[in-house]
Amino acid sequence: MEFDFFTRRQGIETRIDEFLNRVSEAGLIFKGAIVDYLKGDLQTFENKRDRLHETERQGDVLRRELEHMLYTKTLIPESRGDVLELIENMDRLLDHYKSAMWRIDIEQPQICDEFHEDFKELVACGVEAVESTVCACRAFFRNIDTASTHMDKVIYWEKKSDVVSTRLQRAIFRHEELRLSHKRHIRDFVRSMEKIADEAEDVIDRLSIYIIKRAL
Amino acid sequence: MFLFFLSSGLFLGWSLGANDAANVFGTAVGSRMITFKRAAVLCGVFVILGAVISGAGTSDTIGKLGTVNALAGAFIVALAAALSVYIMTVIGYPVSTSQGIIGAIVGWNLFTGTLIDYTSLIKIVSSWIACPILAAIFSIILYKLVVFCIKAFNIQMFKLDSVTRYGLIIAGIFGAYTLGANNIANVMGVFVPVSPFRDISFMGIFSLTSAQQLFLIGGIAIAIGIITYSKRVMMTVGTGIMKISPVSAFVTVWAHSIVLFLFSSQSLECFLISHGLPTIPLVPVSSSQAIVGAVIGIGLLKGGKGIRWKTVGRISVGWMATPLLAALISFISLFFFQNVFQQQTYKPVGYIVSTAAIERIENQGISTDKLKGMLGKEYSSAFRFNNALKECSFPRRGRDTRFIMESTEYHKMEITGTAIRSLDAKWFTEEQIQALEKLEGRVFTHTWMMDEALARISPSWRIKKDDTLFNRRLEEKMDHIYDLFHTS
Repeated sequence: MEFDFFTRRQGIETRIDEFLNRVSEAGLIFKGAIVDYLKGDLQTFENKRDRLHETERQGDVLRRELEHMLYTKTLIPESRGDVLELIENMDRLLDHYKSAMWRIDIEQPQICDEFHEDFKELVACGVEAVESTVCACRAFFRNIDTASTHMDKVIYWEKKSDVVSTRLQRAIFRHEELRLSHKRHIRDFVRSMEKIADEAEDVIDRLSIYIIKRAL
Repeated sequence: MFLFFLSSGLFLGWSLGANDAANVFGTAVGSRMITFKRAAVLCGVFVILGAVISGAGTSDTIGKLGTVNALAGAFIVALAAALSVYIMTVIGYPVSTSQGIIGAIVGWNLFTGTLIDYTSLIKIVSSWIACPILAAIFSIILYKLVVFCIKAFNIQMFKLDSVTRYGLIIAGIFGAYTLGANNIANVMGVFVPVSPFRDISFMGIFSLTSAQQLFLIGGIAIAIGIITYSKRVMMTVGTGIMKISPVSAFVTVWAHSIVLFLFSSQSLECFLISHGLPTIPLVPVSSSQAIVGAVIGIGLLKGGKGIRWKTVGRISVGWMATPLLAALISFISLFFFQNVFQQQTYKPVGYIVSTAAIERIENQGISTDKLKGMLGKEYSSAFRFNNALKECSFPRRGRDTRFIMESTEYHKMEITGTAIRSLDAKWFTEEQIQALEKLEGRVFTHTWMMDEALARISPSWRIKKDDTLFNRRLEEKMDHIYDLFHTS
């Protein structure tokens, strides 16, 4: 029975690591795909869309396995609810990448060249914020004292994302050659990208509460 | 008949198992760190082992407080304790079998006119105060130590989870063992002096004394209590009273177990004696008190804001009310049992002021002028003799009174060859048996007379200075031969 605990623990740790790897990987794919889209390389974009879809599916499988393991194997009973909520929130970030990608694929927004750099920067801020959230989560499981450093980084990237988003939206609506409908279409995509960092910040807000609850 | 009378002890054992096991495994089961089935099996097995292997220490103290010398009396004493525990549980106060049994024995003392040994009573009552305080101190120290280790070794969440799980199991096992060792005296202690069992040996590999056989039965009763009824209490303790983290739970169970161990370990006492250190009295303490003390310790460490002082106050009231209630139930029940059901609830212990006793008292430097007026008089109980001493305005000092009572206690013994031959040759040395043989045919009216006669014949019957262990063993042998040679 004692060895049982040991293998259970190892199994769950490996799965959490794999799940967080999927979130990081999805961020890199997403960032690359946006660059490809802006370049007009739709074939590579579609390949990356499929890869992201697969990564998200793998993430879902791991999340379900983790939920099952945590409840059926009665592990970390006092923090089980918090851990499950954390994993579900991280999965929501993964979903956000996927849905944003599909939206671009379906709606094919025409983003003018002068917005490309800001757009790339906005996506990079979101992905960095998520990456720092992943690091904070890993720290929560491994070395709780270092989690705050990563959480500070998330806040930094979220603020930067807000700045870039405001700048970009202002530029879009001040563009004289675009129709209002076009402007509003691009604005929706900007908001969608900005939301990634916002959601990452929401996750670390919850995480900070879990950390307080776990304080000895 | 013995088994019928033992039933009240078994009832007390069952309720102890149903209630106190929750202190040991409650947090682990309540927080679902381990399953109830696993906890019940582990707890049951180790309670029995603790009771049989290490249960003797605290029973001695209970025996000193009042030797319940009749089976029906023991039945009522255990029943009164069990009932008081049951009533307090129904009212909603945390129970303590230790307080119940001590109160019931005091009730028996009052009913039978036996003088209460205040030295033992004070020792027991002060241990009840010391127990939660010690548990709180241990939990603070242990908590600091555990937190330091977690931080120093950077133990991650899942590893900490499994370490805590192992810790709770080991602490639970240790706790169950110490619970059996410390609290078996509550369940079976009063039956030890009236036990009809004889020592048995299993193919020469190991033997069980009469007391150990009783403890085994009591341990099984506790284990049945754990298996049949402790689940609900465990869940309550784990999720209600002790809403604390598993690490804190681990610390509290360890602190509780250490305190129970300190108050019940004869081995520790031997170790302290052999190193010339002061010893801890072997007293049955309450495991509920220990666990409450440990939780308060952690609460204080965290600033004390989380402690519900109202609940603590309620618990303390329960601790004070239980012995009083048990004493009252015991007294009233003994009265009914003796007078309505015509059962002998005690064997009267008489006192006689003999010339030899007066001489002994005089040698001790106590003035016997007033005692000489009582020469040849017999008193049917310690209470009556004590009153007679009061009436003749005998100058009273606690120690002197005890010596006078001991010197005048009437206990007729006749040394017979048949009885000598029934002695266990493994327990008594050859020299000791030879000394007894030299006294064959002699009759003694006081126990001290036989002590002195034996000590004159052989050094093996003499109290040794600075050898507490030898003296304790000698005392046990003396108690055995007093009963063996007793004649009415």
